[in-house]
Amino acid sequence: MAIKGAITVDTEKCKGCGVCIPNCPTGTIALSKEVNSKGYNYLYMANPENCTGCTNCATVCPDAVITVYRVKI
Amino acid sequence: MAEKILMKGNEAIAYAAINCGCDGYFGYPITPQSEVMETLMQEKPWETTGMVVLQAESETSSINMVYGGACCGKKVMTSSSSPGISLMCEGLSYLAGCELPCLVVNVMRGGPGLGTIQPSQSDYFQATKGGGHGDYRTIVLAPASVQDMYDFVDLSFELAFKYRNPVMILGDGIVGQMMEKVELRPAKPRRTDEEVRALCDSWATLGKPASREGNIVTSLALDAEIMERFNIHLQNKYATIEANEARYETYKTEDAEYLIVAFGCMSRICENVVELAREDGIKLGVLRPITLYPYPEKALDALVPQMKSIMSVELNSGQMVEDVRRIAAGRVPVHFYGRQGGAIPSPEEIYEAFVKKIKK
Amino acid sequence: MDINEIIKPENKVYGKSPVLKDAVMHYCPGCSHGTVHKIIAEVIEEMGIQDKTIGISPVGCSVFAYNYLNIDWQQAAHGRAPALATATKRLMPDKYVFTYQGDGDLASIGTAEIMHACNRGENIVVIFINNAIYGMTGGQMAPTTLLGQVTATTPYGRDAKLNGYPLKITELIAQLEGTCYVTRQSVQSTAAVRRTKRAIRKAFENSMMDKGTSFIEVVSTCNSGWKTSPVAANTWMEENMFPFYPLGDMKDR
Repeated sequence: MAIKGAITVDTEKCKGCGVCIPNCPTGTIALSKEVNSKGYNYLYMANPENCTGCTNCATVCPDAVITVYRVKI
Repeated sequence: MAEKILMKGNEAIAYAAINCGCDGYFGYPITPQSEVMETLMQEKPWETTGMVVLQAESETSSINMVYGGACCGKKVMTSSSSPGISLMCEGLSYLAGCELPCLVVNVMRGGPGLGTIQPSQSDYFQATKGGGHGDYRTIVLAPASVQDMYDFVDLSFELAFKYRNPVMILGDGIVGQMMEKVELRPAKPRRTDEEVRALCDSWATLGKPASREGNIVTSLALDAEIMERFNIHLQNKYATIEANEARYETYKTEDAEYLIVAFGCMSRICENVVELAREDGIKLGVLRPITLYPYPEKALDALVPQMKSIMSVELNSGQMVEDVRRIAAGRVPVHFYGRQGGAIPSPEEIYEAFVKKIKK
Repeated sequence: MDINEIIKPENKVYGKSPVLKDAVMHYCPGCSHGTVHKIIAEVIEEMGIQDKTIGISPVGCSVFAYNYLNIDWQQAAHGRAPALATATKRLMPDKYVFTYQGDGDLASIGTAEIMHACNRGENIVVIFINNAIYGMTGGQMAPTTLLGQVTATTPYGRDAKLNGYPLKITELIAQLEGTCYVTRQSVQSTAAVRRTKRAIRKAFENSMMDKGTSFIEVVSTCNSGWKTSPVAANTWMEENMFPFYPLGDMKDR
């Protein structure tokens, strides 16, 4: 049985602080080259296939902008 | 007939608090008002009415406990004397800025600094003109008797909740320490949780029900426009208080040609001055402001035209006289007589000073 | 597997607590305040006490905490939150009452209030954010600023002769009979966040057991004040703050 995960990011509220990135054990996430209306490089899944939905990124997010989903397949 | 009991003014504050359903007292010992908390601790109201009584670590903490309790829509109070009230002025400004009801009792002693433990009225400016920072006002009641000390506690809470504003009882070492007979009033129970919720749920921190958003009690607004709007709202409230709540007493002013204005204990001493003057055929009367803020402007204004001169008599270097002069507005001479630093004048001494002033 | 197959309501395992309001927090990117706010919101949600919780916000960056958690709030004068909390809890003992204070508020101007509230054993929760700097006023020295640390008022580094020593106030608090639970935590990693959350939950539970005061220091970052990036601030904290402010429970009874 494998576990697959995914996140959604409230890109308008993300401040691009990046504290989630070293907490991701699978190298899924990165800061986008694009910016939101406030000029922040927001978070996105650079390698979505790696995500296990472990919630580490969302747990440390100071702005609660990450929602995590997980399925068992 | 209602029961009458002999007690000190400070004790009267304590008994009145328990009797009128006060929820909490937070204080710090300071002469000449320590009997307030001592009496409360002796009476243990937490076992009868459920009233909380707590000795804080400082006056700063006392007033901020009052701040917290007032946020909860509770009838809360503190008492202190002049140096302690100075420490409380920061908290008073916050309470006024958050529009919170509370009672602060100041049993004044002579200053400045640590000063003396003897009676004084030298905190008139501090009490009526602010004390803390910002454009705020405190409703100020000046008791002249132990009965006043007792009755003003309930009155203060009524006014505090009517206007959501701090109220101060500005007494002095004389009314705090002297013993008089006090007629007790019918007891009022403390408000139930349901009553507090019904009265204060729109603003108080009672726990957020699902039906509303969280209440925020704060005096902070970084936006100048919002802050100005709030200040205008406050000033409108103060205008309503000024229009409705001025209280005063007169003594033999009907035919008076001379007027003494005096508050608190001094108004009683000055009634004896009136008798001395009238023995000499001088028609003297007394106006006693009961509320120092709002000042009984209309009452004084109406008396000015019939007077040849007015004298303000105070236990300070001349504070209320500035208000008297403002209201007299140059229509008649306004004199001042006062003693400072804890000295108390006799009626004869005041009369002598009065005669000297009017003969000049 | 297509991402849209995963992102469905029934597969959601973590999201923003409904106790948090939708407002964007005014904190700088990466600020620890947001993480701690979120943890408190989650504890309130999980314990089902949103209608019974009263927060007391301080003066400092987190003065606006009241804009982010949808509960009833009092905003205290600088340093005085424990006095407000004392009266609130004594007048409404069925409510969960917590103060949220920074290092300037709690360990400098409010030292008397926090010491005496803890010493009386008030049944309240104290959340103490220690980022070793004054954030709101522009990065001046805090009582907890480390020796040698550069701030706006210690431009050549904190010098003990000139500025005194960094104050380990939590160690002092742990000595007081009135406290039942004193711990120092952090929020830079997932594991740290989970430990802090357990600590805050325990503290809230303690406050209904008449055990005394629960005190939680969260060693935090202020990357703007420290003039570094959010990620580098976490590393700096681990390398410099943790040796002087070691994590863990100091008291639990």
